[in-house]
Amino acid sequence: MPPSAVHAVRFKRASDRSLLVYFGEQITLAAHEQVRKLLHLLALEPISGIRNFQPAYCSVLVKFDPLRLEHEELESAITLYLGRLESIKLPGSRHVEIPVCYGGEYGPDLDDVSALQTLTREKAIELHTATTYLVYFLGFVPGFAYLGDVPAALAISRLPTPRKTVPPGSVGIAGNQTAVYPFATPGGWRLIGRTPLAMFRPDRPDLSLLAIGDRVRFVPISPERFTILENA
Amino acid sequence: MTTIVVQSPGLFTTVQDLGREGFGPMGVSPSGAADPISLRLGNRLVGNADGAAGLEVTLVGGTFLFPEGAVMALTGSDFDATLDNAPVGLWTAFEAKPGQTVRLGATRSGARCYLCVQGGIAVKPFLNSASTHILSGLGGLDGRPLRKGDVLKIGSAKAPFRKRTVAPEILRRLSPRKVLRATPGPQSDWFSESSLQAFYTRAYRVTEESDRMGLRLDGPRLPERSGGQMITEGVPLGAIQITSAGFPIILFVEQQTTGGYPKIANVISADLASLGQLRPRDEIRFEGVDWQTARSLLVEQEKLLSSPELNV
Repeated sequence: MPPSAVHAVRFKRASDRSLLVYFGEQITLAAHEQVRKLLHLLALEPISGIRNFQPAYCSVLVKFDPLRLEHEELESAITLYLGRLESIKLPGSRHVEIPVCYGGEYGPDLDDVSALQTLTREKAIELHTATTYLVYFLGFVPGFAYLGDVPAALAISRLPTPRKTVPPGSVGIAGNQTAVYPFATPGGWRLIGRTPLAMFRPDRPDLSLLAIGDRVRFVPISPERFTILENA
Repeated sequence: MTTIVVQSPGLFTTVQDLGREGFGPMGVSPSGAADPISLRLGNRLVGNADGAAGLEVTLVGGTFLFPEGAVMALTGSDFDATLDNAPVGLWTAFEAKPGQTVRLGATRSGARCYLCVQGGIAVKPFLNSASTHILSGLGGLDGRPLRKGDVLKIGSAKAPFRKRTVAPEILRRLSPRKVLRATPGPQSDWFSESSLQAFYTRAYRVTEESDRMGLRLDGPRLPERSGGQMITEGVPLGAIQITSAGFPIILFVEQQTTGGYPKIANVISADLASLGQLRPRDEIRFEGVDWQTARSLLVEQEKLLSSPELNV
């Protein structure tokens, strides 16, 4: 990481108990690695008074106890960490395969997506499954991983009106991002398929199937296979 | 074992404690009591630790039977509570004898009332907390609001019953506000002078679409200044987002953890508990304060909460 990249770090107070650390203003791999390195370092050497982190594409929201820490102190402490990011070695990425049944009742928007992008359904599925995605971060609800980047030919805007509820396991696209909805929530992403895997399970040691920095591939499966895996 | 039998759950009653902070990287929002000051005081009245789990009752109360009896307190808003048809006061510990019933009516003041029992509500903790998170169906009792027929376990009580009350003068100073103090949001400079002026001077109304995830407000439309390109980022509790339609949403305890709308301001820590008492159609205003003021107001509030004159 060239020194100039470290200079691009900017602090912004988000509330009286939180601080945003921005690594530039763009979604880039370099910014993503800085985010992960900062989280990694803060996990290894915790700063007393910090209560939570919310990583995103090129920022980390640091939440703290305002009775124990102030913004200035926290900025100074994090600045020292930022100077050390270059030497941090991140653990290797995990590779996770997610089986997906595309189209039909599983992916009610697949036909629209194909038509709008002037692709055949088969080509749309091929594009979605041929890419290895990066988990930029988890946000919105437990276990919801923001995956990128969707190939340009498949990148499509959100639905004009979000659905009131999306079935758990639904695989959606929004712009050049794709994701699996872990729970029945409202959602505006276009749904092209569904996975029988549970994305977030409180009774599993790793609650969330995916974590920041993981690499993900989608694997097409038949409705029969979906049913078998769903009941497994 | 001591229990509570839910004879009628009320409109929306959940198990809540002070939430599960620390799991943001998994997308887990803290949840917890919407009015944590009332929960903390309720717990103190019955001799619990501040963070013990209680019942959060919303707008319309329910009926709760105590087959083995229990020491308890009601805090927050006035829901016309009775113990076997005799009125019981707020902010005071009382004892239900075995077989007695506590009945809560509709609110006469704010949105929420807390029922705290000595020993706390015992549910299986999820990520170190008993708090219910409705959207993901996690925490609390099976991740859902209470239903008729539910039986809740009460934790083992340690202290003997003592008649405790909260000093009225302190209560008055801790009472919920309708003028919410706010610090600038990370994108406050995306809004025009006239938008900022409207935001800080005009009244907003809480809409019916408000819940523990967020309070949606109706009032002057605030178009953002052009040019901003928002990249999804982490959002703190009390963040005031302006939607593309130009209306504010205050992110609340069951908030989404990240968001892509610009934030004009953020409710200060000392006023977060007030959000938990806002009802649909309530009129509120925002008052801008600086960082130092926000901090002093919180320190002052915590001082009141640990004041010996509190009497609990």
